[in-house]
Amino acid sequence: MNRFVLPLGIFAVLVALLGIGLTLNPREVPSPLIGKPAPHFDLPQLGEPGKTFSERDMLGKVWLLNVWASWCVSCREEHPVLLDLAKSGAVPILGLNYKDERKDGLSWLQNMGDPYRLSAFDFQGRVGIDYGVYGVPETYLIDKRGVIRYKRIGPVTREVLKEQILPLVQELERG
Amino acid sequence: MARLLVLLAALACAPAAWPKEAAPAAAEPALEARVMALSSELRCLVCQNQTIADSNAGLASDLREEIREMMRQGKSDRQIVAFMVDRYGDFVLYRPPLKAATVLLWFGPLLLVLIGIIALFRRLARRHRAEEPPLAPADAERARRLLDGGGTEAR
Repeated sequence: MNRFVLPLGIFAVLVALLGIGLTLNPREVPSPLIGKPAPHFDLPQLGEPGKTFSERDMLGKVWLLNVWASWCVSCREEHPVLLDLAKSGAVPILGLNYKDERKDGLSWLQNMGDPYRLSAFDFQGRVGIDYGVYGVPETYLIDKRGVIRYKRIGPVTREVLKEQILPLVQELERG
Repeated sequence: MARLLVLLAALACAPAAWPKEAAPAAAEPALEARVMALSSELRCLVCQNQTIADSNAGLASDLREEIREMMRQGKSDRQIVAFMVDRYGDFVLYRPPLKAATVLLWFGPLLLVLIGIIALFRRLARRHRAEEPPLAPADAERARRLLDGGGTEAR
């Protein structure tokens, strides 16, 4: 009897560890950018190519930078959530149109609605690399001093918005 | 005839449909070798079990281009790796750095081997200590006969 206890115990521990492993999402790589200043960029705007947008334009505000593209399937899933958020006015959303064609991006916004104050146009994806983007959509919450405080990889859902992003926005607004 | 024309037209178009290869870089073979050597040490974020050198994903080829560009600017491998880690974390490294969070990763297997060796020695020691049961007189006689008789047992 006694000789079964040890192997059975080891087996149970292994099952427990593998079980925990199943609940983790291997695609979510913790970003090293959290707590660091948002990387600098200066990009033409999607809507008005003559004008540029830089993350410095938003200093003093708490804001969301949402990376999106017309070719991105999950962005469609996320879009209604962003539209509602924009309507509520809780936090400004700025878009980073990532590796997209200008006309595709614009017609996407025309068809689906535009939740963004404006979108920066990152045709080559260089700014995306600086922000460590690897799976569109990604969303960054940036505080008044221009520091990245939170990153969401994958679509923002209503739960994520309510439980993680909005409470943090309120906290950062006060601070 | 019409069918033949269609076929010829299709053949004429075929080169346009060939899959795109990674950007040719035969012009600078030494640089390219360096790019491939370094990028095969880095994990592709989109397709997690491939290196940036192996992957055809858009991001991987962008990152190869980024590496190529940095090498042209004279950056060292170490600087380029730091650039990647700043953006994507240690996760991009196929050889994780040795630090507090990765001690178990590096030395876990060694620890398991040590535990195994200790368990083995304890077991052997215990078996050694257990006394051998005394030989029955008949067996002792038989053993003596075998040893003396050059290995053949007289029946």
